[in-house]
Amino acid sequence: MNLNQSAPPVPPFGQPQPAYLGHHQSSYGGQPGSTTAPTSYGAYNGPVPGYQQTPPPGVSRAPPSSGAPPASTAQGPCGQTAYGQFGQGDVQNGPSSTVQMQRLPGYQPFGSAILAPVVSQPAVLQPYGPPPTSAQVTAQLAGMQISGAVAPASPPSGLGYGPPTSLASASGSFPNSGLYGSYPQGQAPPLGQPQGHPGAQPPQRSVPLQASSFTPPASGGPRMPSMTGPLLPGQSFGGPPVSQPNHVSSPAPQVLPAGTQMTGPPGPPPPPMHSSQQPGYQLQQNGSYGPTRGPQSNYGSPYPGAAAFGSQPGPPQPLPPKRLDPDAIPSPIQVIEDDRNNRGSEPFVTGVRGQVPPLVTTDFLVKDQGNASPRYIRCTSYNIPCTSDMAKQAQVPLAAVIKPLARLPPEEASPYVVDHGESGPLRCNRCKAYMCPFMQFVEGGRRFQCCFCSCINDVPPQYFQHLDHTGKRVDAYDRPELSLGSYEFLATVDYCKNNKFPSPPAFIFMIDVSYNAIRSGLVRLLCEELKSLLDFLPREGGAEESAVRVGFVTYNKVLHFYNVKSSLAQPQMMVVSDVGDMFVPLLDGFLVNVNESQAVITSLLDQIPEMFADTRETETVFAPVIQAGMEALKAAECAGKLFLFHTSLPIAEAPGKLKNRDDRKLINTDKEKTLFQPQTGAYQTLAKECVAQGCCVDLFLFPNQYVDVATLSVVPQLTGGSVYKYACFQVENDQERFLSDLRRDVQKVVGFDAVMRVRTSTGIRAVDFFGAFYMSNTTDVELAGLDGDKTVTVEFRHDDRLNEESGALLQCALLYTSCAGQRRLRIHNLALNCCTQLADLYRNCETDTLINYMAKFAYRGVLNSPVKTVRDTLITQCAQILACYRKNCASPSSAGQLILPECMKLLPVYLNCVLKSDVLQPGAEVTTDDRAYVRQLVTSMDVAETNVFFYPRLLPLTKSPIENTTEPPAVRASEERLSNGDIYLLENGLNLFLWVGASVQQGVVQSLFGVSSFSQITSGLSVLPVLDNLLSKKVRGLIDSLRAQRSRYMKLIVVKQEDKLETLFKHFLVEDKSLSGGASYVDFLCHMHKEIRQLLS
Amino acid sequence: MATYLEFIQQNEERDGVRFSWNVWPSSRLEATRMVVPLACILTPLKERPDLPPVQYEPVLCSRPTCKAILNPLCQVDYRAKLWACNFCFQRNQFPPAYAGISEVNQPAELMPQFSTVEYVIQRGAQSPLIFLYVVDTCLEEDDLQALRESLQMSLSLLPPDALVGLITFGRMVQVHELSCEGISKSYVFRGTKDLTAKQIQDMLGLTKPAVPVHPARPAQPQEHPSISSRFLQPIHKIDMNLTDLLGELQRDPWPVPQGKRPLRSTGVALSIAVGLLEGTFPNTGARIMLFIGGPPTQGPGMVVGDELKVPIRSWHDIEKDNARFMKKATKHYEMLANRAAANGHCVDIYACALDQTGLLEMKCCTNLTGGHMVMGDSFNTSLFKQTFQRIFSKDFNGNFRMAFGATLEVKTSRELKVAGAIGPCVSLNVKGPCVSENELGVGGTSQWKICGLDPTSTLGIYFEVVNQHNAPIPQGGRGAIQFVTHYQHSSTQRRIRVTTIARNWADAQSQLKHIEAAFDQEAAAVLMARLGVFRAESEEGPDVLRWLDRQLIRLCQKFGQYTKEDPSSFRLSDSFSLYPQFMFHLRRSPFLQVFNNSPDESSYYRHHFARQDLTQSLIMIQPILYSYSFHGPPEPVLLDSSSILADRILLMDTFFQIVIYLGETIAQWQKAGYQDMPEYENFKHLLQAPLDDAQEILHARFPMPRLDSFCLK
Repeated sequence: MNLNQSAPPVPPFGQPQPAYLGHHQSSYGGQPGSTTAPTSYGAYNGPVPGYQQTPPPGVSRAPPSSGAPPASTAQGPCGQTAYGQFGQGDVQNGPSSTVQMQRLPGYQPFGSAILAPVVSQPAVLQPYGPPPTSAQVTAQLAGMQISGAVAPASPPSGLGYGPPTSLASASGSFPNSGLYGSYPQGQAPPLGQPQGHPGAQPPQRSVPLQASSFTPPASGGPRMPSMTGPLLPGQSFGGPPVSQPNHVSSPAPQVLPAGTQMTGPPGPPPPPMHSSQQPGYQLQQNGSYGPTRGPQSNYGSPYPGAAAFGSQPGPPQPLPPKRLDPDAIPSPIQVIEDDRNNRGSEPFVTGVRGQVPPLVTTDFLVKDQGNASPRYIRCTSYNIPCTSDMAKQAQVPLAAVIKPLARLPPEEASPYVVDHGESGPLRCNRCKAYMCPFMQFVEGGRRFQCCFCSCINDVPPQYFQHLDHTGKRVDAYDRPELSLGSYEFLATVDYCKNNKFPSPPAFIFMIDVSYNAIRSGLVRLLCEELKSLLDFLPREGGAEESAVRVGFVTYNKVLHFYNVKSSLAQPQMMVVSDVGDMFVPLLDGFLVNVNESQAVITSLLDQIPEMFADTRETETVFAPVIQAGMEALKAAECAGKLFLFHTSLPIAEAPGKLKNRDDRKLINTDKEKTLFQPQTGAYQTLAKECVAQGCCVDLFLFPNQYVDVATLSVVPQLTGGSVYKYACFQVENDQERFLSDLRRDVQKVVGFDAVMRVRTSTGIRAVDFFGAFYMSNTTDVELAGLDGDKTVTVEFRHDDRLNEESGALLQCALLYTSCAGQRRLRIHNLALNCCTQLADLYRNCETDTLINYMAKFAYRGVLNSPVKTVRDTLITQCAQILACYRKNCASPSSAGQLILPECMKLLPVYLNCVLKSDVLQPGAEVTTDDRAYVRQLVTSMDVAETNVFFYPRLLPLTKSPIENTTEPPAVRASEERLSNGDIYLLENGLNLFLWVGASVQQGVVQSLFGVSSFSQITSGLSVLPVLDNLLSKKVRGLIDSLRAQRSRYMKLIVVKQEDKLETLFKHFLVEDKSLSGGASYVDFLCHMHKEIRQLLS
Repeated sequence: MATYLEFIQQNEERDGVRFSWNVWPSSRLEATRMVVPLACILTPLKERPDLPPVQYEPVLCSRPTCKAILNPLCQVDYRAKLWACNFCFQRNQFPPAYAGISEVNQPAELMPQFSTVEYVIQRGAQSPLIFLYVVDTCLEEDDLQALRESLQMSLSLLPPDALVGLITFGRMVQVHELSCEGISKSYVFRGTKDLTAKQIQDMLGLTKPAVPVHPARPAQPQEHPSISSRFLQPIHKIDMNLTDLLGELQRDPWPVPQGKRPLRSTGVALSIAVGLLEGTFPNTGARIMLFIGGPPTQGPGMVVGDELKVPIRSWHDIEKDNARFMKKATKHYEMLANRAAANGHCVDIYACALDQTGLLEMKCCTNLTGGHMVMGDSFNTSLFKQTFQRIFSKDFNGNFRMAFGATLEVKTSRELKVAGAIGPCVSLNVKGPCVSENELGVGGTSQWKICGLDPTSTLGIYFEVVNQHNAPIPQGGRGAIQFVTHYQHSSTQRRIRVTTIARNWADAQSQLKHIEAAFDQEAAAVLMARLGVFRAESEEGPDVLRWLDRQLIRLCQKFGQYTKEDPSSFRLSDSFSLYPQFMFHLRRSPFLQVFNNSPDESSYYRHHFARQDLTQSLIMIQPILYSYSFHGPPEPVLLDSSSILADRILLMDTFFQIVIYLGETIAQWQKAGYQDMPEYENFKHLLQAPLDDAQEILHARFPMPRLDSFCLK
């Protein structure tokens, strides 16, 4: 095998991230007193006792930070963080950056002297050089701060500790109400007056929430203030010095994550959008957060700006305290933006163990140099605690989200296929792991040691190769399995069912032809589409025609099979009414080659709508349909896929008959879980048989009312299939969406009859699996079908100690039948680091993956536990993770300060989104079916999908100049970010809204909708008129490109401001309080902070 | 009066009835001593070209338990317009329509020559004939092709308004919907699952919940066709469609692995056919025609497994109780046969295969419903083709020689009771005053159902004389029997044929000679044979033979003239002279001997024996051997090897087979080609004569016999 790869220079397994130098510590500005549990906190149902758990006492810091004396540290960090924040803010804002930079410098000295670690942004830290601690983002809760404010006393310490209890109580109250009455008070004294920001944004400064970065600047008391100062006032702050006093007194504590808020003040352009409320602020945040991850070499340089900071302060403005500044809290947009800027430009080279890849939202290229691309595997953490004790302490789930057949961008080569000949792939004799780059060759190449189980195996003679002086095989770079993270083996007959090479798979289209399906026009539409679609069945490589055979079944209360043998003049229909004992009535002529039987198939598809045009049959069956498809595949001895197009609850007398058991009264009761559980066990049994046959089921639902998705989706779910749901299907409105989904679904490349096994090196073990598949034992994931969109999430647990040096290895092996009928093994390898310091763990986490795992965990949990329990569990776990960090990794600081690890600063906002999702907190308009549907969708989503699903993208369309062709920068999903003079697109992977502000310029309306005024726009419109102007083209182009990014077609809904559809739209503004009782981001952050403090105290 | 022979013949001609005794012993005791029971061979629908049906309904005796039909034996008071029933002596008023009768103006049914009258019933809806083809597709391509052609041919023979349906089966069973345009549509059933009639009808969508969609409409006439129309269509509407469908009929597509039999779901197919008709046309004449090319190998009614290495059951297996599936299968088919019979549907079986096809298990389907059973080696033989064609032969009026859904009722005068019937019928279980407690054949009833019959279908009906010895019948007294056959004529008319016969009573002690002389030994032989064969179905072979022997001995004892201890003194009167010979041949006939016959063959032979008329039955019992020579016209010769002579041609007719045997010399002549020389034209004629005669037999017989021609080399 010749692999023309240039020898990839494998970077030594050094520490992966030099970048992470900085240690961010956040000090809680807040006061310890904050205990108050506001009853008002409706969303959370009051304080949950559970949260109080671990009161982490001591201040154990990360090593680096430790250097400084406690007291000093406290201050130091604050200062630094502050700087950091600023710096970041700049970066993000782009233009503003310069300003920040300037400031930084000024601070830097300070910081360096004092506390290196504190700084939130690694970048910032870097300059400081010393402490390699992980970046932390500290945030103070507003409440806390307030209190802090009260206790202005000691500038330095004040922040952290100062807060008088009284304040605390105040703070307590605030979380709920947006008012934050307490704040005003606290702040008022200090800041408020001077600045005099009245109405507008309240107290942003208080920022309690800002959470993220704010590390209380440890450094001089003064600084603190300055820092804070800036924060509060928002832009005005500028003058650190001046502000100092203020800060101290007031909010200082808030410490937003670094630079965030403050930055705004001076230099940076005034905040455009939010003008109304927080004019100044915008800048800030973004900047600050961005850099989280990376190595921010970039940052380093820019920082000079620090100095500027100082200068800025000058114009301290009045800060009307009051409310947490939404801009001050960690912003997903900013984080995404920063990652994109920092990491999007260079390819991600996988050679180094334990590297955290760029975010899923970042476009980047991957160079495989020995580890699987993050497109295949993403982990919650790339640095695993060495012991289970550590892991338990941290509570960070160790999980990998694996997408074995992920589609790659055209620039990246798909995995090489390796043929080891008749003997089959080379494997470890003991643990059966496949040959991979981590295997060690010894004894001159005659043997190799398994990297998973340490067993020494002989190298078969035909595989022998000499080793070079480094102990590497000379041919290492010629062999994909010795040099790449992902590759495929050709399987031998031993890997095939019944020891027979598989035949090419088959697709069976099973169409509901009951009254509803006919009336809605579905059948006609579908048949018409299939005629052309069948020419595009998946084919492998350069094959001229697809090997996939097709078959057709229609059904209502009985099933109709069709003989479409090429030799027939007319198709033949065979009715099977024995639905109680389904079987396949024909063999020959049922599954046919599309080209050969073209004429007969066309004739059939022409006739189906006619034949049933007058049907009055409204009852349908379901289980027998699947059974039939499965039996057909069994009879044909092949794997395959069923495409079911189904309209109604199967109430006809047959196995799998269902009754309508929808009952909204069950919501929020202990019985709510039954809504997610299948009605009958029959479908599980059926699914099991399907899996055994390699029969994957894709279900397209067109319900007009309750169809019990929870039950109907059991088989698709367990067979690795997909469910698509088009409620109240109307050809005119839903045609495009359905056809687009159908085309994609039919054309996509699928692996059949697959078995996936995840092997790990000694010390950890895969214990739990989430996704659309079936497991008959505890290790093998069986997938009747697996496509490039399906993801399997695997959780690991320790069963032994890990070794820092050797790290931990994962090998995911997927045995499958390609769509041409070839049996293959796809192998993905990934090496992770192991750590003995918790800080390393927190520095190498990936929040998006974590959320993916937690969502799946929770969504599975609702099957067995009341939803409330599930939600509480999530909150508790999240609080524990953060509390553990606070306790063990963050530099000591005021308890009132919320300190979030840099890598996890978005955890609260994302978690809140999960908690607010339809499954866990349904709104009144969400049907039981919707919930079940979403539940099962999420189960096999990859990280990118969950990311956007839980935190939708909101894109302003009219902000940037029309000529600008790049995608506009997203804004945060909150109503406050919407300006009524603009138009926005919102998408979450399933839905797509175009929101039109009430006072959008007429010209814009004209060029986009072709009508003259806002009032003439049709609400609910789903297609934009094709108009020949720049704006129209741009918007439509953008919509198209968004759709192209998602695995499902998103139907556009135009929503006008103040229109009744807006309620629906607002549901997706996840940072806001939701109608169904979901907390706003700010509220939730406060709540989270409270939970953490309870754990710590 | 002429001889009894003539009397018998005349009666047979006129009424289709032959009695074993034409003078009846007048008491029960004496009757039992006669050994051969008082019984008759009845051909209910014997063709009577000279008997035009009357276009009115029969007049019934008003006594509810009697309901005998007015007949020439009744006493009529023309003045009072009264008639007395000759069975129960009830006096009845003539109906108004008969107001004008008088001695000179008699309706036909009162004239003595009209002892048999056929009435046409005008009321009631006429339903068309129904033919449901049930076709096995597990055939070799040749066979299938031949069968396809035969079936297509048959379509052209059907009356245009006949309803036809098609079910095909192999591993699965397909019920073809014939009404649809474009796509051909069929309902498919698993071949392994026994379904109840209800299930079948549900699955075929025949039990549409009575949705009163158009309550206003008089639904009755319209609904009926609409429901059934999907599977049973008038031939004129779907002729093309069905012809194409048959043309496209494929061999069962499921692969048959090496060493296996194809999976054939005959049991389910038949069950569905029965269920389909049951749901759509109960109590309407219909013919299910089952074509099979092998044994049922799966599902209910399976006769043999699909492993080729396990052969199908033989008599040996059955005797050893080694036939695993036989009992269950038989039960299945019996159940079906009874259901079909209850609904008036008859089942034909056309089995063409080299090996057995399970006729043993399936025989009840034909036997109980009056269907045909045809056995051949292949569908691609003229034997099958012509036999099948013959089913659709027509009579002189252009009507099919078939009738459906008949019930035969027997009424007797009080000295007699009816003990049972043997033939293609089932009991209707109608008890009545004239039903005997003793059963001979299918008894315990005075009515039988014959779902399918043709002009040759013949039943044996057995009676019991119940008159007590001490209640003598006055001299000249006559016993009477009335046979009433309701049936659906092939012209779809409902008809009733009434035959009323009377015979003299005689005191067996004083008038034994009379009785003896009136013995019909041919009828008696056939009737005894039927009894024997009937017994053989349920009893061990040797027991039956022993019983036959004993009967013969007793008969000879009773009627023979002999001197004790002197065998050579034994004499039997003329009227008995042939009887022992019949019994001799019967004993070694395939009806009682199973040696060298498969169970299927035995069933086949017995089936035909139980339904053929007297002449054919006698041929079956005792084959006919004719000898042809230059010395004169053909002459019957003994069934003996001594009949084989070098210069003779022999023609043997065993009913199932016709053999022409050329004597040695003849064969040599033929080989030498003398027949082609003009000067030896007489030789040519000689050779031709038996062939012509054979053709004549072939022409008239159903099923077609096998014709073999050979000579010793």
